[in-house]
Amino acid sequence: MTDYRYLLRLGDDSLVATQRLLQWCTVAPQIEEDVALANIALDQLGQARVLLSYAGELEGAGRDEDSLAYLRDEQEFTNVALVELPNEDFSVTVAKMLAFSAYQHVLYGHLEDSGDARISAIAVKAGKEVAYHLNHFSTWAARLGDGTELSHARMTSAIDSVWPWTHELFRSDEVFDAAAAGGYGLDPAQLRPGWLNLVDEVFASATVSRPLDGWAPEGARSGLHTEHFGFLIAEMQSLHRAHAGVNW
Amino acid sequence: MSALATLKTAVGSVCDPEIQVLTIAELGVLRHVSLDDGRPTVTITPTYVGCPAMDVIREDIADAARTAGFDDIAIVTVWSPAWTTDWLDESARSKLAAARIAPPAQRPRESVLLQIGTARSAGVQCPSCGSAETHETSRFGSTACKSLWTCAGCGDPFDHLKAH
Repeated sequence: MTDYRYLLRLGDDSLVATQRLLQWCTVAPQIEEDVALANIALDQLGQARVLLSYAGELEGAGRDEDSLAYLRDEQEFTNVALVELPNEDFSVTVAKMLAFSAYQHVLYGHLEDSGDARISAIAVKAGKEVAYHLNHFSTWAARLGDGTELSHARMTSAIDSVWPWTHELFRSDEVFDAAAAGGYGLDPAQLRPGWLNLVDEVFASATVSRPLDGWAPEGARSGLHTEHFGFLIAEMQSLHRAHAGVNW
Repeated sequence: MSALATLKTAVGSVCDPEIQVLTIAELGVLRHVSLDDGRPTVTITPTYVGCPAMDVIREDIADAARTAGFDDIAIVTVWSPAWTTDWLDESARSKLAAARIAPPAQRPRESVLLQIGTARSAGVQCPSCGSAETHETSRFGSTACKSLWTCAGCGDPFDHLKAH
C-alpha cells in the first residue's frame, strides 16, 4: 500500500517550487523568460495537483489538494529547502532550477517503473514536461557561465551558493525506505549518480567547476524549514484562509 | 442516430478553449465516450498535467451533453497512455496551419531535447510564408503546449504546437 507521505514529499517539492517561481512573474529579465518561467511554474503546479490529490485520497482523512496546499502549517510541509530558497538574482534561480529539474528528470525516469500504476502514469507525463525545464535551465547556465566575465562570475557564485542545498534531495529516511521496499518509490540516494552526470555536463558547457561537497543542510523534509518559508506560504495561503473554501 | 452516436457527436464537437480551431476529438484530448445503462461517461486526458483549459473543457463537455439530452454525465480524467502530438488527428495539422500555428514536427527523441540550446529549424515551416528558414525564440509560448518561433524569410514571429 502506497504511503501518502511519499506523495506529499513529491507534491510539496513541486508546489513550493511553483510558488517561488511565480515571484518572477512580470519581473523576469526578458518577456520571453517571463513567459517561460510562468509556463514552467504551471507545469509544476499541475504535477503538484495530481500528486497532492492522490496523497489526500491515500490518506483517507478527507483532505483534497486544496486543503493540503492551503490549510497545512509550515511544519507540516515536507518539501526540500532548495525549492523554498529566495530567488535572488536570475543566476541563482537558474542554479536552483537546474539542480531541481535534473533531479526530477532522473526521479520520474525511475518512477515510470513504479509498482503503483498511478504514480507510473504521472511519472511518464511529468517526465516529458521536466525534460523541457531541464533543457531551459541548462541552456541558461551554459549561456551565463560561458558568457561575459560578469555573467561567469555570477553563475559560478550561484552554483556555489546552491550546491549545499542539493544534498537534501538525495537523503533517505523511513518514508523513502518504505517506498523503496514497497516497490512504488525509491531511495533518493540512488538518484545522485544519474543527477551528477546531468549537471556535470552542464557545468562543463558553462565552464564552471563542480563545487566540493561539504556543508549539507537538512531538516526541511521533516518540517524544519528555512526562515524564508513561512513568508512564502503565508502569501500562498492568505486568500484561502481569509475566504474559506474560495474557488475560481 | 443511436443515443451513443448522438452523444459522441455532441461531445466530439467541443472546441479546445485555447486552440479554438480544433475540437477536443481532433486534438486527441477526448479518449472515450460510452453509454452504459443509459449512464454517459466521457474520458479525457490533458495535453500537459497543468493545462488550465481542462476545467473549461469539462464544463463545455457537460454543456454539450446536456444540450444533446444527457443530463447526468460522468467525466473521467486519465493520464495514461500519456498524450503526445501523435494523438493529433490528421485534419488537425492543416487546421492549425490555417490558423497560423505551425503544426508539430517529428517528435523529438529525448537525447535531442536534452541537448543544451534552442532548436534551429527542425522541420518547422513558417505558417505565414512557408519558409523552412525558422528558428526557435523560446521553448515556452502563449500556452503550455506551444513554443515561440521566428521566420527568417518573412520575419514573422509565430506559435508552434510543440512536438511532445
